[in-house]
Amino acid sequence: MAEPVKLIGTFGSPFVHRAEVALRLKGVPYELILEDLTNKSELLLRHNPIHKSVPVLLHGDRPAICESLLIVEYIDEAFDGPPLLPIDPYDRAMARFWAQFIEQKCAKPFWMALWLNDGDKREVFVKEAKENMALLESRLHGKRFFAGDTVGYLDFAACGLALVLGVLAEVTGLSLVGEDEFPLLRRWADDYTSEETVKACLPPREQLVAHFSGKKDRIKLAVNAMACQM
Amino acid sequence: MVGEKNDGLLLLDFWVSPFGQRCRIALAEKGLPYKHVEEDLFGGKIDFLLRSNPVHKKIPVLLHDGKPINESLVILQYLDEAFLGTPSFLPVDPHAYTRFWADYIDKKVFDFGTRLWKLKGEPQMQARAEMLQILRTLEVEIGKKEFFGGEHGFRFVDATFALATAWFETFESSGEFSVAEVVPSLAVWAARCGERESVAKSLYSPEKVYDFIGRLRKKLGIG
Repeated sequence: MAEPVKLIGTFGSPFVHRAEVALRLKGVPYELILEDLTNKSELLLRHNPIHKSVPVLLHGDRPAICESLLIVEYIDEAFDGPPLLPIDPYDRAMARFWAQFIEQKCAKPFWMALWLNDGDKREVFVKEAKENMALLESRLHGKRFFAGDTVGYLDFAACGLALVLGVLAEVTGLSLVGEDEFPLLRRWADDYTSEETVKACLPPREQLVAHFSGKKDRIKLAVNAMACQM
Repeated sequence: MVGEKNDGLLLLDFWVSPFGQRCRIALAEKGLPYKHVEEDLFGGKIDFLLRSNPVHKKIPVLLHDGKPINESLVILQYLDEAFLGTPSFLPVDPHAYTRFWADYIDKKVFDFGTRLWKLKGEPQMQARAEMLQILRTLEVEIGKKEFFGGEHGFRFVDATFALATAWFETFESSGEFSVAEVVPSLAVWAARCGERESVAKSLYSPEKVYDFIGRLRKKLGIG
């Protein structure tokens, strides 16, 4: 009998989403435990004492697995089903490299730019994000998804970017990316969020907008405090 | 695949970089011959580097038969997956925990280490507190094990962290603490790593690193 799989997450998190999509693509049944991150449960703190963050994957009695991209790789290795990462070692290296690039060099500066009060600081982050997104845009030439015809590791690694370009732009009222900029990335974001398996574990857009609108002030406070330390 | 003299491996590096050294340790542990090209980071980047790594323009870069791979941990994983006949760095079972610790070390040690020698006053005190916390977390993880790789011996996580030991002296003098006093098991582990041939050949003396940081600080107009 298969060992139970539990995923500790929180509503609206692109990091948790990565793990959910991976489990669904592999056809692994799981229980989703939603956390209120302003009031973390004993379960979460016990299983992720170091980072105290979600997602956390619990597979049977094994020690917890943390960090979303590591969870995705674990799911790929531990369960049968269609591969999530490429098979060839070089392609795998490229996928891992670009996943980090997207997170650190595109999604993160965009996230910062959306919430910063200081216009000058925002400009710096927007410039950085756009330079890097141009490099990313070129990866989509002739492809529907980063992984090819179907979604794969790099697509869910980039899901945070889809969130930033769509929902968060609406929540903040800031359109940092012009209508005519990055056509391939915008098309990818639409294709990704409407893909069958992805859609099944993505909350409806209106719910995401409402959720982030409700957290707006708290996020702004945290991001502006972080920016002062940078 | 194993036909050419050096399997077509080339490493672009800078002597003091812990990330480049990590790759050198992995290549030595695996017994993989390679060509080593040292970049002069202060003398202007060479054209070759920019062509290999247009995205980050940073070392290390590993070229395998001309194909570039960037980011030291990505390189380490690649070496394990592409050269299956060599001693394996990652355990056979799903390697989530190994990756977790390597990721933790990568995210925390060098980030806070850099803040320790770059910052002053209150921000430096905060970096010091964080660094001590990080080292204590790693002390718990090493426990009574000889290496982080446990029964497998010197492995992925050890290689990821081994080179930090050359930087301990720099962290210690900037942070004003003694590694041996605060985290004795880690200090013993570091000495044990230093005796390993792959590490000894790739690491530079702590004094040399400390000296380099001193010159870098002067250049940046700090302290």
